[in-house]
Amino acid sequence: MEFVMPAFACIIVVFGLIKRVPVFDIFLKGAKEGMQILYNIAPTIIGLVFAVDLLRSSGAIDAICNFIEPVADYLGFPKEIVPMVLLRPVSGSGSTALLTSLYEQCGPDSFAGRVASVLAGSSETTFYAIAMYFGCIKVKKIRHTLFAAIIADITAAVMSVLTVRLYFGIS
Amino acid sequence: MLNYVWSGLVIISIICSVFLGNTEDLSKALVDSGASSIELIITMAGIICLWTGIMKIAVESGLTSVFAKIFSPLLRPLFPNLDKNSDAYKSISMNISANLLGLGNAATPFGLKAMEQLHTLNNKCDTASNEMIIFVVMNTASLQLLPTTLASLRQSYGSSAPFEIIVPVWISSACALAAALICACTLNCVKRKER
Repeated sequence: MEFVMPAFACIIVVFGLIKRVPVFDIFLKGAKEGMQILYNIAPTIIGLVFAVDLLRSSGAIDAICNFIEPVADYLGFPKEIVPMVLLRPVSGSGSTALLTSLYEQCGPDSFAGRVASVLAGSSETTFYAIAMYFGCIKVKKIRHTLFAAIIADITAAVMSVLTVRLYFGIS
Repeated sequence: MLNYVWSGLVIISIICSVFLGNTEDLSKALVDSGASSIELIITMAGIICLWTGIMKIAVESGLTSVFAKIFSPLLRPLFPNLDKNSDAYKSISMNISANLLGLGNAATPFGLKAMEQLHTLNNKCDTASNEMIIFVVMNTASLQLLPTTLASLRQSYGSSAPFEIIVPVWISSACALAAALICACTLNCVKRKER
């Protein structure tokens, strides 16, 4: 599936050529606007990477997991993926690291491996996206965005267990 | 809101590291995070500039209007107050199509552009508009049709059927998206009445 991205870019450029627009000149204009966007989101990125790095190195995630795991176990939620549920909203690379270590331990086709895969496929780095999208336009009052996004994360976590159970049979 | 989340993350980490005796790791992370964030920004710089450039071509050639027409039935009910011919509408369509194709890297620049245009429509006020909330929430729930990165990761760890999780992924992300949109739309309506 590696051809999707080049194909997408290629279609746009070819379409531009057909419509006889000066593609390269326009590309440069757009790229310059990209620099402006980057300039606006750079402080947000620095702030977030800082907070997430602190969180990961402090052992806070493990400490919280120790409290949640018994509850998760009781509810039939595989406890191996609790750290991933917690880290997923704040760090894409961090949750991918957890996903690969889980694949190594349990295997990608195990129950926990499948649930973790579905979770990774159906959720996003929520806080990161919110901070970046609102940070680039300096909007501070985000109203109920965070609440709705957390609802999405919780739904994804619950549904990943349910769908794997239903689709692959109860294990 | 984000002020509390951010300071909460920092404070929890520092308190935990003191109690768990991880202060050494923490101070190392504190120093390293500067370098790793700049690294991330440089990686993103190339991606963002490339895709905003490509996007500009799509806008000038009228291709974005085509995408906007395709997604119109989907976007109409979600953004009832947004003009069909506005730039923001087109950027949102581009963002959705990139997301559906699994091009997360391309989707982000389109999304940032869309936010800028929504901001202009919102008279550059510092409070998020209803459209912004719905758009960001849509982006925080994953919209992928083909989770290719995930499948290749599964394959590299020896999965016998890397794509077998695709149906659960669809159902699960559709539910997450629906839950988020219902929540955002309901609150949008409630808060509008309050005003």
